[in-house]
Amino acid sequence: MNWTAIAAIYRFEMARFFRTLAQSFLSPVLSTSLYFVVFGTAIGSRIQQVEGVSYGAFIVPGLIMLSVVMLSISNASFGIYFPKFLGTIYELLSAPVNFIEIVIGYVGAAATKALFVGLVILVTATFFVEIRIEHPFAMAAFLILSCLSFSLLGFIIGIWASNFEQMSLVPQLVVTPLIFLGGTFYSISMLPPVWQTISLFNPVVYLISGFRWSFYGLSDVPILLSLLAILAFTGICLAVIGWIFKTGWRIRS
Amino acid sequence: MTTILSIKDLRKTYDDGFEALKGVSLDIRQGEILALLGPNGAGKTTLISTICGITTPTSGTVTVGGHDIQADFRAARRMIGLVPQEIALEPFEKVWNTVRFSRGLFGLGHDSARIEEILRKLSLWDKRKNAIKELSGGMKRRVLIAKALAHEPRVLFLDEPTAGVDVELRKDMWAIVDELKAAGVTIILTTHYIEEAEAIADRVGVIDKGELLLVQDKKTLMAQMGKKQIEVMLTCTIPSIPDSLAHHNLVLNRQGDALIYTYDTNAERTGITTLLNDVAEAGLILRDVQTRQSSLEEIFVTLVSGDAA
Repeated sequence: MNWTAIAAIYRFEMARFFRTLAQSFLSPVLSTSLYFVVFGTAIGSRIQQVEGVSYGAFIVPGLIMLSVVMLSISNASFGIYFPKFLGTIYELLSAPVNFIEIVIGYVGAAATKALFVGLVILVTATFFVEIRIEHPFAMAAFLILSCLSFSLLGFIIGIWASNFEQMSLVPQLVVTPLIFLGGTFYSISMLPPVWQTISLFNPVVYLISGFRWSFYGLSDVPILLSLLAILAFTGICLAVIGWIFKTGWRIRS
Repeated sequence: MTTILSIKDLRKTYDDGFEALKGVSLDIRQGEILALLGPNGAGKTTLISTICGITTPTSGTVTVGGHDIQADFRAARRMIGLVPQEIALEPFEKVWNTVRFSRGLFGLGHDSARIEEILRKLSLWDKRKNAIKELSGGMKRRVLIAKALAHEPRVLFLDEPTAGVDVELRKDMWAIVDELKAAGVTIILTTHYIEEAEAIADRVGVIDKGELLLVQDKKTLMAQMGKKQIEVMLTCTIPSIPDSLAHHNLVLNRQGDALIYTYDTNAERTGITTLLNDVAEAGLILRDVQTRQSSLEEIFVTLVSGDAA
């Protein structure tokens, strides 16, 4: 393993993040505050509590996941697409590194950035609502696994995309609807029975349910199922990346 | 001289069926400068890309310092530096950081002194804190070279290093290449500029349509294929070549005041002495005499147009 190269990629990617640290920090603070104003105050005044938790506090895990998932995807896809777009990928391909090392460098950096933003949102939320974390280790595990798995997905999107439009296609057309319909702002139990069943086909439901469980002990689906779902998703992403590695798809001619 | 890079029957056929390399074999000696000449689409960049790992070969083998580029890619690639044809750099990154990144990517630990030495050598030291986007085109090319040298390669590929740069910078590049050669670095450069190959290469390879037409010592090539001309300038103008000089196959210039004689430098007798005697006997008075040798460009054009014997 060429750890020096992995560290070089990681440092280089993080430098991009630090160049725009103010934006990286302010943007999630502002958007989280807006969510609390709109959803927490306006809607929360009508929905007092969800399963014993105040509505404002109830949406916190979903809000964190919403940003973490979207940022993991955009960071990782941009991270690998930008060198393709600029042509600087020649350096990665001609360096003594294998694809696994490249993935660790890029995905690690993307996941770190998303994790940072996730934590900023968590801290911001404490200014608006009272939050309790019943299972801190499970919370950390879900958060880190989500950052990593969606960064892997982002990396695949970045490899696949041949223009900037394609880069935003999957996040906008697939991931955003899945997140909004995955129980970010509500409990699945609040839906009619038919929609409850349909929701179970949405993988994000398992993610948000598991993450919310780590906060309040509340879940729409069994916690083990949530854990298995996120592990399975990570496994699928790794398998796809393994295939890309073997074939050099869209990277090496 | 030791062979540092060995290419054997290298073939590359793209998915669309285009055969970019048709069995290229070539041994490159340690410490030499080899210029690869060829028209657009000849396969120069594909050859370099394949050796460097950017393109996967269809068949054939390449070893660098005895390391196979596929089976032992880490050891092989550590020895190689690549300066690409296009200026490909992250615009917002600083010069120092991008060179440091390149060194790390090739598995070498951070070494400020070494990076400083490279930046100073390439006149980039004053620009080390500048973002790439603030640099001129010529400076960006220097950054590409600095990145390629950051891991101290033994073999350096320069793909069209002076394409689109001004004369001054081109001369600077040649000086850099000379310094690298003095430091023992083997250099393979592709170029469209024949004068570049003529000025700095030890050997010249001509590639066309995916085939290596020849690889030869530059001086030998020019001596073998180069024709020399002697221009005999007269004090007066003449309407035509006198009959007594017809057997010399002379050409009269347009102004009618010079006779041009083409001869083979390798021939046992060049016929120059006889010509000059005959010119004097014909009553013509010499004003001046000039000789001219065919350039690599003329040789190159002859080769790729298929006229080579």
